[in-house]
Amino acid sequence: MLVNQEKIIEALIETIQMVAFSLLFSAVIGLPLGILLVVTRKGHLLENLAVFNVINSIINIFRSVPFIILMVAIIPITRLIVGTSIGTAAAVVPLVFYAGPYIARLIENSLLEVDPGVIEAAEAMGATPGQIIFKFLIPEALSSLVLGFTIATIGLVGASAMAGAVGGGGLGDLAITYGYQRFDTTVMLITVAILVVMVQGLQSFGNILSKKIRRR
Amino acid sequence: MIEFQNLKKVYESGGQQVAALNGIDLKINKGEIFGVIGFSGAGKSSLIRCVNWLEKPTSGKVIVGGHDLTALSVKEIREVKRNIGMVFQHFNLLNSKTVFANVAMPLLLAKVPKEEIKKRVHELLDFVGLADKANNYPDQLSGGQKQRIGIARALATQPSILLCDEATSALDPQTTSSILQLLKKINKEYNITILIITHEMGVIREICDRVAVIEAGKIIEEGTVFDVFSSPKTQTAKNFVSTVMNDQIPESINEVIENQKGLQKIFKINFVGRSAGQPLLSQVAKKFDIDFNVLFGNITELQGTPFGNLIVEFQGTDSEISRAIQYISREKVSIKEVTSRAS
Repeated sequence: MLVNQEKIIEALIETIQMVAFSLLFSAVIGLPLGILLVVTRKGHLLENLAVFNVINSIINIFRSVPFIILMVAIIPITRLIVGTSIGTAAAVVPLVFYAGPYIARLIENSLLEVDPGVIEAAEAMGATPGQIIFKFLIPEALSSLVLGFTIATIGLVGASAMAGAVGGGGLGDLAITYGYQRFDTTVMLITVAILVVMVQGLQSFGNILSKKIRRR
Repeated sequence: MIEFQNLKKVYESGGQQVAALNGIDLKINKGEIFGVIGFSGAGKSSLIRCVNWLEKPTSGKVIVGGHDLTALSVKEIREVKRNIGMVFQHFNLLNSKTVFANVAMPLLLAKVPKEEIKKRVHELLDFVGLADKANNYPDQLSGGQKQRIGIARALATQPSILLCDEATSALDPQTTSSILQLLKKINKEYNITILIITHEMGVIREICDRVAVIEAGKIIEEGTVFDVFSSPKTQTAKNFVSTVMNDQIPESINEVIENQKGLQKIFKINFVGRSAGQPLLSQVAKKFDIDFNVLFGNITELQGTPFGNLIVEFQGTDSEISRAIQYISREKVSIKEVTSRAS
């Protein structure tokens, strides 16, 4: 094996950092977009088709560009924000561009599942749109939102491994540089195994949390 | 308390205009239980939703407690809504929140202090008979219990109007009856004006004071429950009345009527109020030289007044029968001869 244990742990930490930070920033961007996608649509709380159509199209554009291309395409933006296009911090920028719109869609889906009757009841009580969103829609969709975030996190684990291909660091980087380019099968297997365990753990955690919120 | 003036609501769907409400004029008095009955699609849902602005009318006026809603700002309408509770067919409770939190919701939105919320919610749960369910979640309750919670929630802000949107349509008959009794109790104890929309005539009969029949977005008949039940004018009203009060003559009786000949005549007698309690027929039998035979009958109670009809066969000479009929007509009953197939 061409790498020692320390190197693997370092790569693992980098992956976790990449996923954690990009999840955080994606959620900050995706959550309001997802909410807007729901409440500005036709017949909803704050119907505004112009806003809806713009957000909807932008999200579709970002979601249709393959991640590996997105990564390269937004290098100028990455440089502008992080100062460099190489390394873990730089990888977070394309990851956010990738996961933000994705999370917006997942949130949209979850919120649309909420019984319209609940919104009607809220309106009948004289709730403001803000109160309806935060006191009715989100609490009612929470269990489903948690599952959505689980999917997004797992997607980020996969994407962060790809970010390794352009020098983003992390487990993906390790697998490509040592496992693939230098034919070290052991490193390849170990990184894949770690990723499998991570994904399994995340999914189980998400399931349990969602179930706990749903109380069923 | 609630007044609709030439209210119209037009929906656009696929370039086509559909009029849900087609010029409604209706006045609902303070403290009464008013029922609006109609088939699905008649416009009753749109009508009730105009009262708390869940639907904005295309034209016309909605006046609630003296406020013309069309003239109010969004913020002012929110204030008016606090004075209107609403109960839904499918309860519309928050499944993610406990019974307590559900009932507390309107108070929370109105920024009532925590201590007061606690007191009020327990009071309400007591009132609807579910004090022990405060920490349960809606999915642990039966339909009837959920509706009780829905009612408690609707009453939280002490509104003066309660809107019931098919509140019992998803419940079984026994539960329906207990919910209706609860609504009656609310009306009596808190003097809350209740507007009910339903397609079940039984609901109207059981608790309403006045009723309006809606069809194709128009009120086609309106009056006290007693009047509409005892003498429905439109065919739709007649159909609704016959769903709970069978005034159709059964087939077997019809055969008897069809085969009638000679010295017998068949009459339908409608009793109203006090006359239902009088031994009218036996008096007639004593006074005149006729015999009678009750073929079919139906007596019910409307708003505490007995009401019923009897199909009676009179046997005797024509002159004797017509004298008897004259005598009966002087009482507070209506009588008419039944010929074959007609009722």
